[in-house]
Amino acid sequence: MADLRTNFAGITSPNPFWLASGPPTNTYGQVAKAFDQGWGGAIWKTIGEPIINVFSRYGSVDLGQNRMMGFNNIELISDRPIAENLKEIAEVKRNYPKHAVIASLMVESKREAWHTMVKQTEDTGADGIELNFGCPHGMSERGMGSAVGQVPDYTCQIVEWVKEVATIPVIVKLTPNVTDITYIARAAVKGGADALSLINTINSIVGIDLATFEPQPSVAGKSSHGGYCGPAVKPIALHLVSAVAGDPSVKIPISGIGGISTWRDAAEFIALGAGTLQVCTAVMHYGFRIVEDLIDGLSNWMDERGHRTLEDIRGRALPRVTKWEELDLNYHLLAHIDQAKCIKCELCWTACEDGAHQAIRRLPRNNGGPVVEIIEEACVGCNLCAAVCPVQDCITMRRVPNDYAPVTWKQYSAGKGKLAPRSEHFHTATWSPRA
Amino acid sequence: MPASNALTDEQLAANFADIAPPLTNDAALLEANKCLFCHDAPCTLACPTHIDVPAFIKKIASGNLRGSARVILDANPFGHSCARACPVEVLCEGACVLNDRDQEPIKIALLQRHATDYVLERKLKLFTAGPTTGKRVAIVGAGPAGLACARDLRRCGHAVTVFEAKPQPGGLNTYGIAEYKLKADVALAEVQDILDLGVELKTGVTVTSVEDLLEQFDAAFVGVGLGSTKRLGIPGEDLPGVIDALTFIEHLKTHPYSETTVGRNVIVIGAGNTAIDAVTQAKRLGAASSTIVYRRGEADMPCYHYEYELAKRDGCGFRFNAAPQRIAGNGAVSGLEVKTATGTETIPCDMVIVAIGQGERTELTWPAGHPKVFVGGDCANGGAEIVNAAAEGVAAARRIHEFLGGIMR
Repeated sequence: MADLRTNFAGITSPNPFWLASGPPTNTYGQVAKAFDQGWGGAIWKTIGEPIINVFSRYGSVDLGQNRMMGFNNIELISDRPIAENLKEIAEVKRNYPKHAVIASLMVESKREAWHTMVKQTEDTGADGIELNFGCPHGMSERGMGSAVGQVPDYTCQIVEWVKEVATIPVIVKLTPNVTDITYIARAAVKGGADALSLINTINSIVGIDLATFEPQPSVAGKSSHGGYCGPAVKPIALHLVSAVAGDPSVKIPISGIGGISTWRDAAEFIALGAGTLQVCTAVMHYGFRIVEDLIDGLSNWMDERGHRTLEDIRGRALPRVTKWEELDLNYHLLAHIDQAKCIKCELCWTACEDGAHQAIRRLPRNNGGPVVEIIEEACVGCNLCAAVCPVQDCITMRRVPNDYAPVTWKQYSAGKGKLAPRSEHFHTATWSPRA
Repeated sequence: MPASNALTDEQLAANFADIAPPLTNDAALLEANKCLFCHDAPCTLACPTHIDVPAFIKKIASGNLRGSARVILDANPFGHSCARACPVEVLCEGACVLNDRDQEPIKIALLQRHATDYVLERKLKLFTAGPTTGKRVAIVGAGPAGLACARDLRRCGHAVTVFEAKPQPGGLNTYGIAEYKLKADVALAEVQDILDLGVELKTGVTVTSVEDLLEQFDAAFVGVGLGSTKRLGIPGEDLPGVIDALTFIEHLKTHPYSETTVGRNVIVIGAGNTAIDAVTQAKRLGAASSTIVYRRGEADMPCYHYEYELAKRDGCGFRFNAAPQRIAGNGAVSGLEVKTATGTETIPCDMVIVAIGQGERTELTWPAGHPKVFVGGDCANGGAEIVNAAAEGVAAARRIHEFLGGIMR
C-alpha cells in the first residue's frame, strides 16, 4: 500500500488531499466531518473583518449534460466573527491533531493589522497560515485579495510583515489573473514565504440569461465578475504550477489547486511538482465523500506502478515541460485508424478536412468496407482525429521512424542539425460553393 | 358475436395510451447530447426522406426546438406521424453508429417527437406558400403521399386541390395506424398544418377519371393508396363475426373505444404488420385470447421482428403452419378450421379478423406514362410505410414543379 503521508513545508498530514479555503471549510462541523471522511487537511475559509455577502453567489457552466464543468462565485471571505472562526480552528486542531489545519487570512494592508491577525491565529494551534492574495472579486475592490497578489511589491511587503511575527509556516496563495505568475511567486519568496499555493480563481463572467440579459449569478438584475474554477480551469492551473515549480528561483513547496476532481487530476499536479492538493469545487458538487476515491485511486495507481511514496512521483513530469524551441522537429507521427473498431461516424474526416490538414480520405459508404483512411503523405500527426474519435483507441498516433538525429528549432535555426524529409502540405481540390 | 370482455373506459384508455410516451425535457437533452453528430450520417441515409438527423438533434441540445422541428418537417411533411409510427428499428435507429459501439442507438424517434410536438403544441407555422405561379395541380388521395406532395407544391406557389373519398383527410394516418402509436387527432393536426398553406381539400369525392381532371389542371398526382383487404376465398368468410383488419382498426380509431366490439376469443389471419396491429388491439380491447394464425412458419412472418415481440408482450398467441380452410359457424363464427402438418383441426373462436394484405385499387386507373400524371405512395410502391409515402410525395412535388417550369431550390 502506497504511503500517502505528506510533509509540506513542515506541515504534516495523513494524505495530500486538503480542502481548499472556501465554502466547504466555513465551520467546525464541516471540517470535522471532512476529516472523519478522510481528508488530510483543510484551509479554513478566509478569515478577516466579517463581510456581508449578496444572496446570489454562484454561477455554473454545463457541458452538454455534465453539470458544473466550470463554476464561478462572487462570494466574499468569511462572514463570521474572527473570534468565532479562531475558536473553531482551535477546537478542530485539538480534536484532529494529526490533520493539517491551516488558517487563510485576509486583512487590510496595514502592518499592525497583519501582526494582530497572525498572532491571534497562532494562538489557535493552527499548523500554518495561508495568505489570500488571490480572490479576484469584491475584496480586490477594497485593496485586498488579488489587488495585493497582482503587484509583486505589495506581495513581498505583506509577506514580510507576516513573517516578522509568524512562527508557523506561511503559504502564499497566488492569483492567476496576472501576466506572468512567476514574478509574483518570486516576490513571495523574497518576502520569506515558506510555501506557495495556486491557483486562486480566474476572473470571469459565467454567462448571460438570454431571457433578461442579466449576467450570472444575478443579484437583482446585475452581476459582477467572479472567480472561475472547477474542471474547466485544470489545464490553466497545471500550466501555472509547472511554471512556478520550474522556476529555479522558487524552491519552496507548492500546493496545487485548480479543478482537481479525481485522483488522476491529483497525480498530474503532483507530477508537475505539487506537494499537496487542494480541492473545493468538486466537494461543492459531490460532497466530502469524494476523498475516498481520491485516496483509493491514487494508492492503487501508485501500487500498480511501484511508487511507494509521493516523493517517487513528485515533479516527474516537470523536466519534460520545456520551451517549444527545445522540441524535436524530427519526431514524426502518423495517425492510424483501427478499422475493426471504427463505427463510421466520420467525425475524424470532418475535423481533419475543415479543421486541420485534409489528411483523411472518405470512401463510399455503400461498399461495406472502411469509410475513412489516412492520407499518409498529408498527415502532420497533429492528434485532432484521435481527439475527436468517440471510440477508445480506435485512432492512435504512431511513430514514423527516420534515420535523422533529433533536431530542435533552437539548433536548426542556428544552422545545426538536419530536418528529416517531410511531406509538402497537402491541400484538397478547390472548394466550389453550391450554385 | 358476444360483447367485448367489458373493460372500463379507464382501462381502455390505458391500453391505448402511447406505447412510446414522450420524453421529458431533461430526458430529451440527455439523449440529444449523446448524439455524436456524425458526418454523412447513416441515420440520415437510412431515412427515405433523408431528414438531417444529427442537425435536428444538435438543435435540441442547443435549445433551438423550433429550428429542430423545421429541419425535420422541411424534409418530411409527416414528421409528426413518422416520429410515432416509423419502423425506426430498421431505419434511422437501426443505422445509428452507436449500435457498433455496443450501445443503444440514439432515440431518434422520440427526439423527433420532442421537437415536432414543440411546434404542434404551440401551433407554430414554419412554412409559407410560395408566390403564386398560376399553375394548378390536382391530387387524388389525401394520404401522406398526396398531402406531402401538396405541401411542397404550395411552397412552390402552385394552386393545389386534393380529392379525397373519405370524410376525413390523412389516409391511413387517420384511419389505419395502431391507436397506441398514432392517434387520429395528431394525424389530423398534422394534416391541418399542410392545409393551412392554402391547399383546397374536397372530401367525400371519389375520382374516377384522372384524364378528366387534366382538363382543369396542369398536372395530377395520384396517391390513392391500396384497395380493401383481400378475400380469403374460403367458406364461412361472410359469417357475422368475420371482419377485415382495416375495417376493424378504422372503427376503433373513429369511435370511443367502448363502441368497438371484440370477440372473447379472436383469431387474426395473416402475419404482416397490420395483422400485428389487429391482434394487439383486439387484446387491448379486452379479448380473452387473441391469436395469429399463419399458414407458414415463424421465420416467414412478414412483420417486423419488434412488432412480433410487441404482440408477444401483449400476450397474443401464435399458431404457425396452420392454413385456414373454413370458418365454422352457424349464424355466427364458432371456430376456424385449419390444415396443419398432422391433419385438420378446428380452433374455437368467436371473431375472425382477416389481415392478409390489401388488393390494388380497381375503381380508378390512370394513364401510364402520361407526362402530366405523377404517382406515389402505396398505390405505386405496393404498400410501405408513412415515411416512404411522404418521401415519394415530396419527390413527386419536385418533379411536378420542374415539369411546370419551376426551378427547385
